[in-house]
Amino acid sequence: MRKIIKQREVIADPWRYAEESADAPAIIVSLTQWQAERDGLLASGRKLGVKIGPADKVEALAEDAGKLQLIALEFTGLGEGRGYSQAHILRRRYGFKGELRAMGKIQRDQLFCMARCGIDAYEMPEGTDLDVALTAFGDYSVAYQPGIDAGGVQLQQRTH
Amino acid sequence: MYKYDQIDRQLVNERVAQFRDQTQRFLAGQLSEDDFRQLRLRNGLYIQRYAPMLRVSIPYGLLSSAQLRVFARIAREYDKGFGHFTTRQNIQYNWPELPKVPDILELLASVEMHAIQTSGNCIRNVTSDHLAGVAKDELEDPRPWCELVRQWATVHPEFNFLPRKFKIAVTGAVADRAAVRVHDIGLILKRNDAGVLGFEILVGGGLGRMPIIGKTIYDFVEPHELLSRLESILRVYNLEGRRDNIHKARIKVLVKALGIDKFRELVDADWQASRDYAPSLTDTEIARVKSFFAPPVYQSLNDIDVVTDKGNEFRRWYQQNTRAHKVPGYRAVFLSLKSVKRPPGDITDSQLDAVADLADAYSFGEVRATHDQNLIFADVRQQDLFDLWQKLVAIDLATANIGTLTDMIACPGLDLCSLANARTYTVVDLINQRFDDLDYLYDLGEIQLKMSGCMNACGHHHVGHIGILGVDKHGEEWYQITIGGAPNGKEADLGEVIGRSFKQEEVPDVLERLFRVYLELREEGERFVDTVRRTGIAPFKSGAYAQDHQAA
Repeated sequence: MRKIIKQREVIADPWRYAEESADAPAIIVSLTQWQAERDGLLASGRKLGVKIGPADKVEALAEDAGKLQLIALEFTGLGEGRGYSQAHILRRRYGFKGELRAMGKIQRDQLFCMARCGIDAYEMPEGTDLDVALTAFGDYSVAYQPGIDAGGVQLQQRTH
Repeated sequence: MYKYDQIDRQLVNERVAQFRDQTQRFLAGQLSEDDFRQLRLRNGLYIQRYAPMLRVSIPYGLLSSAQLRVFARIAREYDKGFGHFTTRQNIQYNWPELPKVPDILELLASVEMHAIQTSGNCIRNVTSDHLAGVAKDELEDPRPWCELVRQWATVHPEFNFLPRKFKIAVTGAVADRAAVRVHDIGLILKRNDAGVLGFEILVGGGLGRMPIIGKTIYDFVEPHELLSRLESILRVYNLEGRRDNIHKARIKVLVKALGIDKFRELVDADWQASRDYAPSLTDTEIARVKSFFAPPVYQSLNDIDVVTDKGNEFRRWYQQNTRAHKVPGYRAVFLSLKSVKRPPGDITDSQLDAVADLADAYSFGEVRATHDQNLIFADVRQQDLFDLWQKLVAIDLATANIGTLTDMIACPGLDLCSLANARTYTVVDLINQRFDDLDYLYDLGEIQLKMSGCMNACGHHHVGHIGILGVDKHGEEWYQITIGGAPNGKEADLGEVIGRSFKQEEVPDVLERLFRVYLELREEGERFVDTVRRTGIAPFKSGAYAQDHQAA
């Protein structure tokens, strides 16, 4: 059973990727599959998530953000920073309210900034000590920028 | 200068704690070399040829005497007794030990300093005019704006892992001493026709392997929109900038590929779409930050003649190393870090302590670091200049060469840097030895010589009036020379390569030949760079390679 961090808690992941289990009740499909089978998937009555890669255009989900329960953003390494802007646009611009998940090659040191961009779930590589990773949300207690804080990060900012 | 409030202090302290944890995890084998690399870089730590190098941020070059004393202490206790001021108005230490770096950062935090984002693919230290607040040609003090941009950029959650490094410079004066046209973003303070203060925003300038002059993306942006415009530029860059090739990842490549108009379209679209929530500077916040940069309490003085009864040495120094001040009775004073005894920008721990004491005694306790790797006391009473000069002579910071050939910029080169192709400091020494006659240097007039040990161009060789670039030719160190470049203002441009590269020992001869051509061709009032631009490089080229032709 895969464990993830969601909203600052370690939970069992109720979602499956299409390649893991094609008929799971909560399924995450690739953007390609979504674009090819959108109507059928919507009609299936299952919970739906779409995974996008760093090079994918987030605009592809502009219309559908309200119909999805999850969007997974893939990170390919610490230096890959597009997912932060993708998250920002999904949350702020498209008003996406579902689970916004970071997955792939992610590590503890990224979680704070990811949460500030609106990411609220973290599928860490196998073997990661998730309880240690949870401490990342307390890395900072202050920030200069307005943020989204979907991960439940509490921050003090200048109020004027 | 800006003073930290509780939020600033907390953030820097928490950053130190975060980095201490990361360092411990790395040393315990829990973080891979590669992952730690990304993290340490964002705290200014490089691994160099012999040891780590720690780059400490000096926001827009402004320092207090208390901060200088901490620099001195770090140099003494954690390094080999010196520091190196860089072309980004920062200071670097070349010999710290990795396990002790968190302690150094903690020490820096105690005087409101840090090394956050001084390297890595993120927004770097914001730089500015070293004469900000005192220059006669200034429209508006750029420092409050630098500070506002600094805070916005610090640990920005969205822009911490950009395709490549990102440099912003701000100027508020006609002369553009901040070289805003060769930055990823350049901000020029201006007033519109209605007299409202705002910014011209340039984007996509830069040096390195693809030197290019920035283009105007917005002719006029009002202050409260500054951060939202920056944010949209960064977002488009973060999403669209190339990540497949490190040499094509700077924003200049994206702007060039799209064209400035298409790039502006993308930024505009993002800006329109994010208007409701993008950060906006309030008048209260602008006023809060501006209040820290109120002028010091100047005495009511008149300009006086300080040279008439003084000797030649002092006169030379006054002429060359001091600058006009907008307040009568004051001058701005350069402390030359271009002594023949040390590499450009280097300073010892005892000099740092002495400079701190002199700053307290003569210049309201403040010092500035310049892009040209010198220091400045911005607010010295003219009546104190002679005393100050004597004290600067005693600590070897009064070489009267500011603006001349030997006021060279040089990166550390192959002596310290693992990227370099060739040494720079030995070339500096050769030039210093050859051109040791101050009267000859003064006759040559203003010459900006800039030297880089490799094409990454930390020494900004492209925009030197004379640029020297170290190149590797079959394992040997050779040097390519460009002429006619300039870093500042409307004259900002890139130099042209004069021809085949030279061996190290040839460099002083070549320079001498170039100067011979200049002295022969110059017209009244022309600087070296002016003559090159008027005549083109042809006469200089034939002068420089005269030996080749004779041999042929």
